Amino acid sequence: MSATDTSEPNRRDFLYVATGMAGVVGAGALAWPFIDQMRPDASTLAASSIEVDVSSVTPGMSLTVKWRGKPVFIRNRTPEEIKAAQEVPLAELKDPVARNANIAADAPANDIDRTAGEGKENWMVMVGVCTHLGCVPLGQQGDFGGWFCPCHGSHYDTAGRIRKGPAPENLHIPNFQFISDTTIRVG
Amino acid sequence: MKKILNSLAAIGFLFAGTAGAALAQEENHAAEPTHFPIHAPKEMDWTFAGPFGNYDKAQLQRGLKIYKEVCSACHSMNLVAFRTLEDLGYSEAQVKAFAAEYEVQDGPNADGEMFTRKALPGDHFPSPFPNAVAAAAANNGAAPPDFSLIAKARGVTRGFPTFVYDIFTQYAEGGPDYIHALLTGYDEQPPAGMEVAEGTHYNPYFIAGKSLAMAKPISDGQVTYEDGSPETVDQYSRDISAFLMWAAEPHLATRKQTGFAVMIFLVLFAGLVYATKRKVWANAH
Amino acid sequence: MSGGHSTYSPKTGIGRWIDARMPLPRLVHDSFVSYPVPRNLNYAYTFGGILSIMLVAQILTGVVLAMHYANDTTLAFQSVEKIMRDVNSGWLLRYMHSNGASFFFIAVYIHIMRGLYYGSYKAPRELLWILGCIIYLLMMATGFMGYVLPWGQMSFWGATVITGFFTAIPLVGEWVQQLLLGGFAVDNPTLNRFFALHYLLPFMIAGVVILHVWALHVVGQTNPTGIEVKSKTDTVAFTPYATIKDGFAMVVFLAVFAYFIFYIPNYLGHPDNYIQADSLKTPAHIVPEWYYLPFYAILRAITFNIGPIDSKLGGVLAMFGSIAVLFVVPWLDTSKVRSAVYRPWYKLFFWLFVINAIFLGWLGSKPAEGLYIPLMQISTLYYFAFFLIIMPVLGLIETPRRLPNSITEAVLEKNKGGSAHPAGATAAPETRG
Repeated sequence: MSATDTSEPNRRDFLYVATGMAGVVGAGALAWPFIDQMRPDASTLAASSIEVDVSSVTPGMSLTVKWRGKPVFIRNRTPEEIKAAQEVPLAELKDPVARNANIAADAPANDIDRTAGEGKENWMVMVGVCTHLGCVPLGQQGDFGGWFCPCHGSHYDTAGRIRKGPAPENLHIPNFQFISDTTIRVG
Repeated sequence: MKKILNSLAAIGFLFAGTAGAALAQEENHAAEPTHFPIHAPKEMDWTFAGPFGNYDKAQLQRGLKIYKEVCSACHSMNLVAFRTLEDLGYSEAQVKAFAAEYEVQDGPNADGEMFTRKALPGDHFPSPFPNAVAAAAANNGAAPPDFSLIAKARGVTRGFPTFVYDIFTQYAEGGPDYIHALLTGYDEQPPAGMEVAEGTHYNPYFIAGKSLAMAKPISDGQVTYEDGSPETVDQYSRDISAFLMWAAEPHLATRKQTGFAVMIFLVLFAGLVYATKRKVWANAH
Repeated sequence: MSGGHSTYSPKTGIGRWIDARMPLPRLVHDSFVSYPVPRNLNYAYTFGGILSIMLVAQILTGVVLAMHYANDTTLAFQSVEKIMRDVNSGWLLRYMHSNGASFFFIAVYIHIMRGLYYGSYKAPRELLWILGCIIYLLMMATGFMGYVLPWGQMSFWGATVITGFFTAIPLVGEWVQQLLLGGFAVDNPTLNRFFALHYLLPFMIAGVVILHVWALHVVGQTNPTGIEVKSKTDTVAFTPYATIKDGFAMVVFLAVFAYFIFYIPNYLGHPDNYIQADSLKTPAHIVPEWYYLPFYAILRAITFNIGPIDSKLGGVLAMFGSIAVLFVVPWLDTSKVRSAVYRPWYKLFFWLFVINAIFLGWLGSKPAEGLYIPLMQISTLYYFAFFLIIMPVLGLIETPRRLPNSITEAVLEKNKGGSAHPAGATAAPETRG
């Protein structure tokens, strides 16, 4: 009953291969919607930008807002915190890259490049997710007075840079901009 | 064999005959009709009908204008987000500006208070009434239906054998046909002897009775068109029907385009599998 | 007949190693490769395969839809619309699932009709048939509960009416209904349990399908002649012969399915189900999904009391009886000949039954008023008479046509164009190779 004993094997083989290939292509195309449906849907993508009023956040105060389902830390730093962060030499940093989505990807982690920029060095806007395994760090704690992640003991300084512990990178800075003196748009 | 077929045919006719008699019962009495709508809606030409159908963006834009200026005073459209208006050919900035003309409730703010703000593209069309009870109270007890799905939620039953033909003609525009018929049907006068309940308005195309609570909602010239389309009730009705079809089935064009590719593939694949089947079975005999 | 000797011989070392420990490849080989099938199976016999891919398709689309569906009366309707509007390819998956249910039933009805026509239920295949009836019952329960999930008007009122059947049971009816609903009316507890069961039942169906296929492989397939396989020349190997034939039928079936999904996806649905459920407003005409319509007509045909049984209980009993009667079909048919091909009178009554069932379906979509009611009653009468009177009596009095001696003989006769026997003697048109 073998299907291979034939007088014209080439034509027959071609037909079998063509049918098999078409079946594979069809199955692959059919699989796509099943995978595609897992991606963020249109309403999730549309909600990816928020505006935050920070007029009530005075120096030394923080605000945590939810953006894309994650906490975003907005901190108005005190002059002491700014000074402490500016005095850290780049060589001492575990992760020397700024991790700031608003500037070049390889920019160094100088304090100014971690903040809202010239004239707004007091403002920090960071995704509040530890770069180790995704816990939310606690503010104004740890060996460097910045953030401390209680899950596995990562210490961040007052510019959100990783200084000690298992986390590999500085806290990430999302796309954001001041659209007025008191309103920040994240995303 | 032939005998069997003949008797089968005879019995088939018998069934058809009784079915026909049953159908005849459905005939309406003019003054006191019992089956609605009194008139079947007229089938219109829609750009989105048929296997290659697609929405006419200019028409959808006109329909949106009618919804905004006329319908939205009473009818919500809760499931439609402003961002999807980009399908109508608007730019992101235009959609943003359009959304900003609406106010939506948000909150609570830092003080725990709810507040209103300008709508963003991610928001849905706000309802004209705070809840269904308020909507009913403001409209003589009949809450105006939500418009998100109205074009798929209305359809006049198509009797036998039309519903069989509909499979092959791909008739799926019962909703827009109905909306158009209803909106253009207000000018017809009730037949002599018919009593129309007070506070309701006769419309022979209404699906659930001889009259409905909504008065004629739109008249000639009520909405200004910038593209030179006729400002008539008929044109308005076509445009709002098309717009509501889009609101109910925004992915219609993608669906039909995908379908065409899928059908071509399946027909070719069926041919290949059939040829393979023939080859394989050539060994069996 | 996989119970016999196995022809599987693993060629590689790994193959032998696995075969000695867990002979799954051997099972697959014996069941789906070397398994012998009658060589004269026609395309009516491909619906078993089609049904198995429909079951898989429904489970796959169902699982991904469940990833987006919100099982709560305040959110269910909106979450389904979110699938239709926002979820990537969501409209496609949802239309596949909703139309898939209909096509599952189209296939199962053809499959059942095939069984009735060729006498597939007759000894020794009674258990095979009963397992099939159980699958059909589970499918109806699954389909019904799935239809409730979008929480549209028809979902809600369909659920109200169908759970209302149980109030017809004397004494405990109301208690049973409240047990099913988890309340006094269809509400959130009902939706929650229906979702849980709708997710569970397909896997139970899959389990019974395995038993169904097992039972099939013990007794072997019937064939259009109804004669048992006698020699090796009567059969061909499942692979490649049956697989490729089933494969072709599947592709054609999928093409029709795709036509509905992409061009008329709402044709088999009801407009009212695009209106969110409202427990204070009943739609003008409540109709179930098309695949329940014949039974809905039978339910409404009983408008009179029968002795102590009132019309409500009578209707429910008639409806459940119309399905229950399928279970005893193997013992109702008294004919010694299996296939309708050789039973001219049974063939006539069978086709009448098919027409009558379709007519019942049409009546099911009509309001229970006027002339429709006597028509429903006549149709219901024929439905039951077919099983309870025609099947037993016809088997005793009908003179069947001459049977061929073997499947091979039937195939050869057909290939010769019937020259060996008078035309039509073996009713060849039904026995396509």
